[in-house]
Amino acid sequence: MAAASKATSFNSSTAHLGLNNHFRLKMSYYFTILSPTDTPLFNIAFGTSKGGGDGIARFRFPETAQYMNQFIIHSSLDILEEAQWTNGGMYLKHIDTYPPAAAYITAFLTPSGARFLLLHQPPHLPSSTSTGSGLGSSSLLGSAGSTTRASSSSIAANPTSPQTEEAVRQFMNEVYESYVKTAMNPFYRQGMEIKSPVFRSRVTAAGKKWL
Amino acid sequence: MNQLASPCHYRTQLIGFIHMRRTRVDKVNAELVTLTYGTLVAQLCQDYDSNYQDVNKQLDKMGYNIGMRLIEDFLAKSGVGRCANFRETADMIAKVGFKIFLNVTPTVTNWTSDNTQFSLIFEENPLADFVELPDDGRAQDELWFSNILCGVLRGSLEMVQMQIEAHFVSDVLRGDDTTEMRVSLVRYIEDEMPPEEE
Repeated sequence: MAAASKATSFNSSTAHLGLNNHFRLKMSYYFTILSPTDTPLFNIAFGTSKGGGDGIARFRFPETAQYMNQFIIHSSLDILEEAQWTNGGMYLKHIDTYPPAAAYITAFLTPSGARFLLLHQPPHLPSSTSTGSGLGSSSLLGSAGSTTRASSSSIAANPTSPQTEEAVRQFMNEVYESYVKTAMNPFYRQGMEIKSPVFRSRVTAAGKKWL
Repeated sequence: MNQLASPCHYRTQLIGFIHMRRTRVDKVNAELVTLTYGTLVAQLCQDYDSNYQDVNKQLDKMGYNIGMRLIEDFLAKSGVGRCANFRETADMIAKVGFKIFLNVTPTVTNWTSDNTQFSLIFEENPLADFVELPDDGRAQDELWFSNILCGVLRGSLEMVQMQIEAHFVSDVLRGDDTTEMRVSLVRYIEDEMPPEEE
C-alpha cells in the first residue's frame, strides 16, 4: 500500500505506470458540511469504493498540506452563492473546478441553508499516454485500459459525467437524510459541530455505497 | 437558580402535548412529541449543568405530577375497572395505558415469584427517536433519558392506592440491547383510601 500512495503523490514517476492503470480510476473525495454562516460542521475524506476501490483517500497534496482541500472547497463558496439562485433544486451538481489540483466541487444545499460540498480529485497522472506509448508491452495494457475505462461509465473515471452526477446525487440525498436525523437530536444545537459517530458512520456507508 | 423555568411550566407544556397526541392522533405528528420531550430533557441537562442525577430526579418528579392527573383521564377514557391483582395492573399499564398515550405496547416480563416486581421491555420508545446522548463520557452512564415514564407510573398508581418504585435498568440509548424498566410494588395504600361513597 505504501507504493500505492506514492504512485499518486506529487513525486510519482513514470516508473509506476503499471500500477497507475489501476489507481487512475480511484478518486479521492473530501466532503464537508458548512453552516449557513460558513462554519465547518463536519468533514471527512475518503476514496473510491466502487469497482474494487479500497475507500482510502489519496490526495495529491502531501500529508502536511491536507488543508488545501479546505482552501479549495471554501474558495468555491462564491460560485455556490451564485449557483444557488439559478435553479430551485437542492442538488446543484458540479459547480466549480480548480484546475491546478484537478479538483471538482459538487454542491448540495439544504433548505435551511447548510451546504454540503464534495471535492473530487482524480489521482495524479503522469502523462501516461505520451510516456506510456514508448514502453512496449506495458503500454499496450496501459492505453487499452485507459481508453476503455476512461470512457466507461465508471464514476471515478469522469467527475463531470452524468453517471457521476447521479451517483453524487444519491450520495448527497442519503447524507441529507442522516443530517436531518442528526439535526433532530435534542442534544444537537444548530450550528454546532457534528460529532456524532453514528452520523460519521452513515456518511462513510453512503460513500461506500455510491462513490 | 431562580431563573430556571419551574418544573411546573415544563410539565404543563408536556401534558398538553401528550394529551393532544392521544385525542387527535391524526393531527399531531409524532415528531412533535419527540422533539418537545427531547428539548425538555436537553434543557434540563443544561439548567442542571449536566448533573444527570438531578436531571433524572427532576424528570421523575415531573412524571409523578403528570401521572397524578393522567390517571383520571385514563380511567375516564378507558372505562376500565379495578384490577384484581398486581399482575392485572401490569397488563393494564402495558396494554392499555402505554397504548393509549404513546401508542406502544411494552412487554411485561421477569416477574418475581411473589408477583410484586416485573419489568417492562420497550421494543420502541417514541420519546427517544433521533436521540443520541451527549458524548461527554458521563451521560451514557448516568442519564436515564426516558425517566419521566417512571414518574408517570409512580404518580398514577399512587392515585389508585398502589405505592410503587420504578426505575430504568437498561436503555438502548446507552448502548444496551433493550430498554427495560423495573417496577416494584411497595405496598397497597390502605390507610389513605378516600372515603367510600354512600
